[in-house]
Amino acid sequence: MENFFVFAGVAILALMIPIIYRILVGPTAIDRIVAVNVIGTKTTVLLIVIGMLYERVGMFVDFALTYALLNFVGSLAAAKFFDRVNPAKSFSTMKAEEPQE
Amino acid sequence: MIINTICIFLVSCGLIFFIGGAVGIIRFPDFYTRMHAAGKGDTCSMILILTGLSLYILHEPTTANFLVVGKILFIALFIMSTSPTSTHALIKAGFEEGIKMWKREDEKEGQE
Repeated sequence: MENFFVFAGVAILALMIPIIYRILVGPTAIDRIVAVNVIGTKTTVLLIVIGMLYERVGMFVDFALTYALLNFVGSLAAAKFFDRVNPAKSFSTMKAEEPQE
Repeated sequence: MIINTICIFLVSCGLIFFIGGAVGIIRFPDFYTRMHAAGKGDTCSMILILTGLSLYILHEPTTANFLVVGKILFIALFIMSTSPTSTHALIKAGFEEGIKMWKREDEKEGQE
């Protein structure tokens, strides 16, 4: 069972590498934010697997909880920032809606 | 023994879903489709892996282990509610920024 947890941890870690490609290449900024969000979820799971390996899950589960909270707050803050940072775009959509009325 | 088998099965299923999410994030042509792969695959595989691990921890049913399992299930519940929320917020930000949706080649030709 120990070997299986090592395998699961290494597999999760290996699956982060193709997502790092998306962070480096991603055509838009929001692509990169999504990739970081996915890696954060993977890290939450990986922390618990590491806790199983060290047989101190009680400690690592708190780290995982904190990481999940920070991940959520971070991606929401990024989304809010991208909503507000583009006043020209939102102004143009407002102008586009006017002729309909 | 039976619990070990169930745990291995659940964690393997979660890893398969993680592989699907990673392939989707790399291969899909569009920002919106990539977001779809990221949100769905991640949430499902996370729930499967955490359920398998908490079943393995319940191998020795003591009070401390019950507390740990409660925390792990809370993490699963938390990510299950927050991952769609952040995906929705990011898609809204991207939509208002004006990212174009992907279309098939013949549909593009038909429009032109």
